[in-house]
Amino acid sequence: MRSSTPKMAGTALVLVAGLMLAGCSSKDDSGDTPTASGSESAAASGDLSIQPVVQIDTKGEEVPAADTSNAADPAGDGSAKCDPVTIAMAGALTGPNAALGINILNGAKLAVDAHNAANAGCQVTVKEFDTEGDPQKATQVAPSIVGDKSVIGLLGPAFSGETAAVGQVFSDAGLLSLTASATNPDLVKNGWTNFYRGLANDAVQGPSVAAYLVNTLKFAKVCVVQDDSDYGVGLAAQITSGLGDAADSSCAAKVKAGDKDFSATVQIIKTAAPDAVFYAGYYAEGAPFASQLKEAGVTAAFVSADGTNDPQFVKQAGSAAKDAYLSCPCGPAPEKFAADYKAKFNIDSGVYSVEAYDLATIMLKGIDSGVKDRAGLVDFVKSYDGDGLARHYKWDATGELASALIWIYQVK
Amino acid sequence: MSAVMSAGQVLADGVIDFNVQSLVDNFWALTIDGLTYGSIYALVAVGYTLVYGVLRLINFAHSEIFMLGMFGQYAMLMLLGFTPRGDAYTQGTIMTVTYLLLAMIGGMIVSGGAAVGLERVAYRPLRKRGAPSLVFLITAIGASFVIQEFVHFVLPKLTNNELGGSIAQQPIRLVVPSVQFSVFGAEVTNVEIVIVIAALLLAFATERFVTLTKFGRGIRAVAQDPVTATLMGVSRERVIMLTFLIGGLLAGAAAMLYTLRVPSGVIYSGGFILGIKAFSAAVLGGIGNLRGALLGGLLLGVMELYGQALFGTEWRDVVAFVVLILVLMIRPTGILGESLGRARA
Repeated sequence: MRSSTPKMAGTALVLVAGLMLAGCSSKDDSGDTPTASGSESAAASGDLSIQPVVQIDTKGEEVPAADTSNAADPAGDGSAKCDPVTIAMAGALTGPNAALGINILNGAKLAVDAHNAANAGCQVTVKEFDTEGDPQKATQVAPSIVGDKSVIGLLGPAFSGETAAVGQVFSDAGLLSLTASATNPDLVKNGWTNFYRGLANDAVQGPSVAAYLVNTLKFAKVCVVQDDSDYGVGLAAQITSGLGDAADSSCAAKVKAGDKDFSATVQIIKTAAPDAVFYAGYYAEGAPFASQLKEAGVTAAFVSADGTNDPQFVKQAGSAAKDAYLSCPCGPAPEKFAADYKAKFNIDSGVYSVEAYDLATIMLKGIDSGVKDRAGLVDFVKSYDGDGLARHYKWDATGELASALIWIYQVK
Repeated sequence: MSAVMSAGQVLADGVIDFNVQSLVDNFWALTIDGLTYGSIYALVAVGYTLVYGVLRLINFAHSEIFMLGMFGQYAMLMLLGFTPRGDAYTQGTIMTVTYLLLAMIGGMIVSGGAAVGLERVAYRPLRKRGAPSLVFLITAIGASFVIQEFVHFVLPKLTNNELGGSIAQQPIRLVVPSVQFSVFGAEVTNVEIVIVIAALLLAFATERFVTLTKFGRGIRAVAQDPVTATLMGVSRERVIMLTFLIGGLLAGAAAMLYTLRVPSGVIYSGGFILGIKAFSAAVLGGIGNLRGALLGGLLLGVMELYGQALFGTEWRDVVAFVVLILVLMIRPTGILGESLGRARA
């Protein structure tokens, strides 16, 4: 040990010198006065949030927002009578994409609690089933949902991948599967008789957003980056074909769920110098990707969809999230809903919270109207026709909404 | 489409694309980025290599030691008064350096402590009973799960949801990457310079330590011939503890450097793939060989980025492991051979 001490000390010195470099430029980059301790400096990202901009159709053209004054109220007239029944909720409640599942669960709880408080004679329970958003986990969870005889309707599954994996199980059991968030277009092509989607699918979202990017924002060159989920792959295909010539295949890239560094992808995009980068995937990867693009000096607009449209995206990416366009088939939360949600759960409502609220309300309406079993609830939803907070709900024979529109949001 | 297609057509039709242009366009930028990741792999690889050299044990829990280091440096920054947010803090140069060093020390303390603790709790009892090496391996994998799930489920309860859990920690950034100079058109940022220099210095210091000091001599002696070393008065238990400690300290330092590059990578599952890569780097260079770990790390880091540009960005991990397999087919002992015991200085 003795012989090496001076050397070690020397090494430490050079190390400090090396770290100096880091310090230098962090100072150069900002005119802020250096603060003495680790307290916040000015221009924090805390002010940024995801704001609704415009509702669009498949041609990318503006459609006025729906009127929420006729929206169904879960409380009803307070005189409903029913035996105690259960609505199940299945989705990611833990794991890297848990925020989306929790948004849905809380939205549903808000509706059910309002219903139960108003209707003493009809108490409905929400049972949570955590799939972690993972198709493999979902296949383990699905049998216990089906096996629970008190469950007459399911809100979920939340993600497309898990829905594809377990949809048949619910269909076989005749259990209503009402999803507030699974947007892969192929899900309705499985011949399931119980599957209804409470929002537009990616086949609507892709072309709408692509048209908006090309026609309204005038982007001529877009790099489409996708993750390896069913959702990301499906959405990227839709966007790419919708963009047509504007999609540059030379800088199209694929990443994997769980990736946190995107060096090669960022380099390729930087060299290509596009007008915009479209990311088809979830916020867990989207946030670090946006940061790394910004840090590498890429100035292209960051565009992504509902998987990234989450407050966590802004929290993780900070100022790199600024001005990012985030589309979503989900509608913005009306003021009263947002306030009630915040008061109850002490967090802001997020993507799909409003949809979950609307869809849970539809199931509650069914229960209030005397539906007692799984088959009855499927029939009720099949013929449902009414307004919710987010939009008008009426399904076609395949389980898609008759009229489905997309919202564009921006981080501001 | 004709019924007969050449192999080239099949590949070109989307199975695998060879995008040589992309590799050529981005060659230098990828090289620099690859060296940055490579030097982090190298630091972590030293932990695998030292333990293997001394115990002939592949300590698969080392990836979790690295992950704990990320939380260690993160916790240290929180203790220093930083609250997580999306944007970088702007301190003066001196303060930033001080904070970074303190964060590194935080990571090193946690990783080093965890590595020594792991050795005490998981491996020493087995050694006392003379368990076969397969049992050590399974214990290592088990310990890896235990540590991951601890951070996933228990740590949030202990820290009032400040640390751990299933979502990545919101970043605490101290340094804004900014371009310092260009190499053949590829921009080099301060973060990359700091990572490479710090990692190389630490690797160099470790190599000198093992080569020149009394403790280092002990490590080499035990690696070469445990029985004789014991007869010569070297305490094997102490050497083993020291080995785990050095590996842990380097993993903690690597964790801080990695977080500098990937600020939102602090998550319970964040060590696993990186650990496997570092292990591959150790094997690639020649496991048990310190210089091999360094060489293997740098090579792997660069190769996987070249591979990504060439085959498509989703092939990163595949490229890393295919390179490993190819090298081992030609040189089963790795590029520099297994030689901690013989330790050419």
